[in-house]
Amino acid sequence: MFKRVSIIALFAVLMVFSGFTQANAQDGKALFQANCASCHNPVKDATGPALQGITGRAPSTEWIHKWVRNSAALIASGDKHANEIYNKWNKTAMTAFPSLKDEEIDAIVKYVEEYKVPVEAKPEAGGTTKEADNTWIYVLVTIILAILALILIRINKGLHKVANTEQGIPNTKDVPLKRNKVFIAITGILVLILAGYWMVNGGVEMGRQQNYMPKQPIFYSHKVHAGVNQINCQYCHAGVNDSRQAMIPSTNVCMNCHKQISEYTGEQLFDHEGNKVDGTAQIQELYKYAGWDAAKKDYKRDAQGKIQATPIKWTKIHNLADFVYFNHSQHVNVGKVQCQTCHGPIQEMDEVKQFESLSMGWCINCHRETKVDFKNNNYYSIFEKYHQEIKDGKRDGVTEAELGGLECQKCHY
Amino acid sequence: MSQKRYWKGIEELENTPEYQQSVANEFNEELPLNLSDNLLNATTPRRDFLKFLGFSTLAATVAASCEMPVRKAIPYAIKPEDITPGVPNYYASTFVDNGECVPAVVKTRDGRPIMIEGNTLSKVTEGGTSARMIAATLSLYDKTRLRQPHVDGKPVDTFDAIDQAVINGLSAGNGAAYLLTGTIISPTTEQVIAQFLAKYPSAKHVTYDPISYTGILLANEASYGSRMIPNYMFDKAKTVFSLGADFLGTWISPVEYSKGYTKSRKIVSKDIKTFEMNKHYQVEGMLSMTGANADERATCRPSEYGKVAAALHAAVVTGAAPNTGSKNLDKLITKAAADLKKGNGLVVSGSNDVNVQIIINAINSAIGANGTTIDFSNVAKNKKGIDADMVALVNAMNAGQVGALLMHGVNPIYEYFEGEKFAAGLAKVKTTVSFSDRLDETAQKCKYVVSDHHWLESWGDTEAKANHISFIQPTIAPLFKTRAFQDSLLKWSGATTSYHDMFNAYWVGKLGQATFDQALQDGIIEPATPSISGASFSGNVNDAIAKATAIKGATEYEVEIFQTASLGAGGAWSNNPWLQELPDPITKVAWDNYVMMSPKTAKEKFDAELTSINQVDPKKRVLKVTVGKKEVMLPVIVTPGMHHNVIAIAVGYGRDKGVGMAAADLGKNVYPLVGYNGQTFVYSADAKVEKTADFYPVAVTQTHNSAENRPIIYEYSLEEFKKNPYELIDERREAIEHYLIAPNEEHHEGHDAYGKGDKFDAKKFEEDFRKNGTHYPVHESMGLHWAMSIDLNSCTGCGACVIACHAENNVSVVGKDRVIKVQEMSWLKIDRYFSGDPNDPDTIQTVFQPMLCQHCDNAPCENVCPVSATNHSSEGLNQMAYNRCIGTKYCANNCPFKVRRFNWFDWNDADCFEDNLYSDGRRDDINDDLTRMVLNPDVTVRSRGVMEKCSFCVQRLQDGKLKAKKEGTPLKDHHVSTACQSACGGGCITFGNVNDKESAVFQDRYVNNKERLFYMLESIHVLPNVSYLSKIRNTDEVMNGSEKDEVYKQHI
Repeated sequence: MFKRVSIIALFAVLMVFSGFTQANAQDGKALFQANCASCHNPVKDATGPALQGITGRAPSTEWIHKWVRNSAALIASGDKHANEIYNKWNKTAMTAFPSLKDEEIDAIVKYVEEYKVPVEAKPEAGGTTKEADNTWIYVLVTIILAILALILIRINKGLHKVANTEQGIPNTKDVPLKRNKVFIAITGILVLILAGYWMVNGGVEMGRQQNYMPKQPIFYSHKVHAGVNQINCQYCHAGVNDSRQAMIPSTNVCMNCHKQISEYTGEQLFDHEGNKVDGTAQIQELYKYAGWDAAKKDYKRDAQGKIQATPIKWTKIHNLADFVYFNHSQHVNVGKVQCQTCHGPIQEMDEVKQFESLSMGWCINCHRETKVDFKNNNYYSIFEKYHQEIKDGKRDGVTEAELGGLECQKCHY
Repeated sequence: MSQKRYWKGIEELENTPEYQQSVANEFNEELPLNLSDNLLNATTPRRDFLKFLGFSTLAATVAASCEMPVRKAIPYAIKPEDITPGVPNYYASTFVDNGECVPAVVKTRDGRPIMIEGNTLSKVTEGGTSARMIAATLSLYDKTRLRQPHVDGKPVDTFDAIDQAVINGLSAGNGAAYLLTGTIISPTTEQVIAQFLAKYPSAKHVTYDPISYTGILLANEASYGSRMIPNYMFDKAKTVFSLGADFLGTWISPVEYSKGYTKSRKIVSKDIKTFEMNKHYQVEGMLSMTGANADERATCRPSEYGKVAAALHAAVVTGAAPNTGSKNLDKLITKAAADLKKGNGLVVSGSNDVNVQIIINAINSAIGANGTTIDFSNVAKNKKGIDADMVALVNAMNAGQVGALLMHGVNPIYEYFEGEKFAAGLAKVKTTVSFSDRLDETAQKCKYVVSDHHWLESWGDTEAKANHISFIQPTIAPLFKTRAFQDSLLKWSGATTSYHDMFNAYWVGKLGQATFDQALQDGIIEPATPSISGASFSGNVNDAIAKATAIKGATEYEVEIFQTASLGAGGAWSNNPWLQELPDPITKVAWDNYVMMSPKTAKEKFDAELTSINQVDPKKRVLKVTVGKKEVMLPVIVTPGMHHNVIAIAVGYGRDKGVGMAAADLGKNVYPLVGYNGQTFVYSADAKVEKTADFYPVAVTQTHNSAENRPIIYEYSLEEFKKNPYELIDERREAIEHYLIAPNEEHHEGHDAYGKGDKFDAKKFEEDFRKNGTHYPVHESMGLHWAMSIDLNSCTGCGACVIACHAENNVSVVGKDRVIKVQEMSWLKIDRYFSGDPNDPDTIQTVFQPMLCQHCDNAPCENVCPVSATNHSSEGLNQMAYNRCIGTKYCANNCPFKVRRFNWFDWNDADCFEDNLYSDGRRDDINDDLTRMVLNPDVTVRSRGVMEKCSFCVQRLQDGKLKAKKEGTPLKDHHVSTACQSACGGGCITFGNVNDKESAVFQDRYVNNKERLFYMLESIHVLPNVSYLSKIRNTDEVMNGSEKDEVYKQHI
């Protein structure tokens, strides 16, 4: 008996331990992507050096802690290794992360060291699992049957005529189709229904722009940034947690990385028409806007020392009507909604298109289905009745709609 | 008691046929068609039908083929650190206007200031605001502001040419140089001026206030040996006696005084037995906003202020019975004297006569006010102008002795009593410079105009009260090529530093960098506990009494010149459409000035009465008012509470078109009627008043959207209330008793089911009524339930909330013509009700009642909407979906409170159709691209044909909820406030989640003030979410329902 208990206990401890370590690596990935990925890649040099192997390179773990929290102080202290790195990387200062704890930094390091370049899953030859489209067969069959029916009707009529003549019954005069009242009525009603459907649908769809994909002043690829290089969305769209606007980054945010990265070395880019796009040329285009002199590696400045940058006039893709209030922070920060839920697989798009219809019905539908973070966010503690119902097992969660998420003045004011 | 009736105007009181018609006719406009019998009987010809069919098909096709425009999203090139697009930043700053100064917090969105609130850190104003202060954002974006410096009325591109010419003019020495300014309350600006005067030793600095307080300044010099205005502490006063001082509206520092005054009027009825409410006596000629709030009020002619002051002095000092010739006045003075002698009294006077002010000082000294309610260590610096200096300057100018004149913050051609003489003198001055922001009356006649920044664009500091500093921080980069007044002076003094550097150096030197930074962030530096000191009176009171009582009115009528709470002394405010459309607290007139006159006089002497033509009809009889050789022709507005021999006219009107489109040629300028007695300006005068045959339309809103005599206000005298605080509860019970019991239940528990007296369970009472007063199932209210409580006792009627609502919610301005047609859009209005005998001004009592959508839980408007554009939210909001509204107006018809507003026109160019914009040639600048920067981007601008109304500032509620969600805490009071709530200096609006037992509104309704709680028209079971607290007047007799009350008499 005792033995069994101890084995179970041992097993439990092991489980917990392995679970813990696993969680550690998981955290490391999340932390890396949130804090580091915009400048570092585990295996490639980017704005900052490739991080894999840092445990071997750095003098000590404490050194890494110090460097991450405040590299400038470490450099100023005259640390030899720190200064070497600083000079090697053209004196680019690394952002300080004073709030990161030792364990967190260790987790990041662990993740980086264990990182393996993901092997791209190549599509197996001939293994297309895409479902064949059978519509045309149905259409063909329908048309053949319709023709058949028509022929049969004509034959039937012809036979009737012959029979009538033989029996000496006078034949009624054939009414041509265009004068057939039943036919006219049916056609009229059909045309009205179709036209009505077309107009109503047109009216409903007015102002909606699903799949809208305008040409942008710079061929900026979300696939390269968010997909291949794994840069966190919030690094550039920094307003998403605090503001109603996600915020298109200003050029100086682009330049945080592109001061170092002046060439595109990834896979060949194509626009949606299949034309080749020169990535490096696009970076040069960015430099023009940002006022960056790539040769001197410095900003062009006017007499007052102001950087001569001009804003990039992007074409707005996601247009909500003026009478709709939408707040990104409500959805991302509070609702923990993923960017992709509304914007689609943005990390796979070279050119961004509007993925969803952004219609009111679409919003409402999501509000009906989405459950809020009812138990963890203390804000909802005032809804005592729902808490009681959850306790009693009458419901497993509360949807946005049940908290009034379908009411007019949640979005219209 | 239920027979109580209040009236908004005489026409309502007398219930004239015209009035009845106007009430029945809710949308006060004739159909724009000539409906003849022919037209109605005609059948539509076939060809017309085909034409219409063709047109509508075409229109539908065109509309359906609309393409979405290509929109651009342009981020910053280099984003400023502290701006996140879409998230407002708040900066502490200070509102300054003619020496008046209120610490403010300015909300900026994406770099533009859009809303101003009070700075709650200041212990002087404690977050109080005024209508003008909030409307300052609109003045910032005023299209009429000059966009560059001007020479000879023509724009020039650089300051350089002007700088050299002015320096030459100043050093030429062909006469003295004068710097003429309004009151300067900035320590650093004073330094700049000192530097300027040091550079030009012959130059002099003259301070001039358009509305002068020289009387007080000189009286204090005579009484206490120094020219200053002491610190009046209204919060410490138990008895306030005001002799014609409008201290809640316009007098010296009204926001500060309102704050103090309303503190001891916020009754907690739970503790009523021990509560000490201040008692306010007012003696005045006209009915001012302050007078309307008084507990006891009597009227006299302005020329009799000396007599009244002397009588009060005698009553206080010797106990002599007053004999002023008016029984009411004598009674009031006797009572007031007794109260003042009990201690903590405070006497103030709005008179600009030195002798009257000396008597007032003597009274304050005699009742021991000095050191208790009047403090001499933190003196008020708001007003410093000495009238004689100004008169001497004008004489010197006319004598050709002035070589250069620099004017800042003043506009003497408009506001000086002899504006023409000033203009003539100005023509003789070689170098004339104005720092005005527009080509106003004086700036037009100046050679150089070097516009100063707006205060929202400036750095600066203020010391309106000694030892109390409030800083001005820019909230936007200067919109135009303007230059700080101080920078201009520094430049002309030959200094090389900028004002900002000097300002920084001054304060860093004084406070140290860290303290200064903190002070800029807080906006203020104030002593933790200000020391209070008294002073001993050493004036010659007998001499003053002799001189003051010698003044006698010589004619039948006297005219009083006053400032309205909205426009103040005029200035640039005249061109502010928000302020122009804010109805005056007393007359409820917008967009004009007029002659205020008592009903009796108007009826008997000028045939300007009401039963016939003068009230419901917007056309008012025009009177000719002559003072000396000057005359003005203005329409008469009949105002109860006016002394029969006193008429009153407001300044701020009759402006030149250089001031702006909204101000130009509106009303008449009455500054010329001001007199000068050799020492001070006198704002009242003997006048001859004549009837003319003309009529002039005036936009009076007082009976718009009337509640038609239904009982909507409850008022009690303090004594009555202390005796039986539960009267209102009993009245409510009686009215709805029948509906408290479920229909199938037996009537067994009866009256006592909710507890008697202080045991009364207000919450249960309401819940039972909610449930049993209807056949329909009751919706369960879970989580949040928004509710508002309005305390009628601390509302002074100032209108700050109305302007705050305009600013926050993009409420449209419709202009005079449309206000006349009852199409004003204000979501929040302040209703003013009178009671008493209109023929006896001393009996008139006034109540102000803020009126807004009551957000009924059982709303009549919601049921009748055919498209469900207005419906109810689970949080108790009566929500309005503009895009669903098709404009049937059924909801407005069915609203018992008449708070819904319909967009009759495209006021703001919000329609998608072009050329549909309403234009009246006066309010149109509000649609300029520049002016539109004032709009709140979180609120839709409504287009033509939709209904709108108060939303409880739903955008703020949503924001507050989001804040709480991000913090992960339940929503509390501090997360949300409505715009009207934060604007209210009296703190009379409480708002919050009534389901939260800790919320202020729950406490107000069911714990602290349940004795005063009432709902509008409670018995009709619409279940409003706005509740009111009854008015308690600290008087022996509440007029309403008394034998002096005309309406009451008619009903019994």
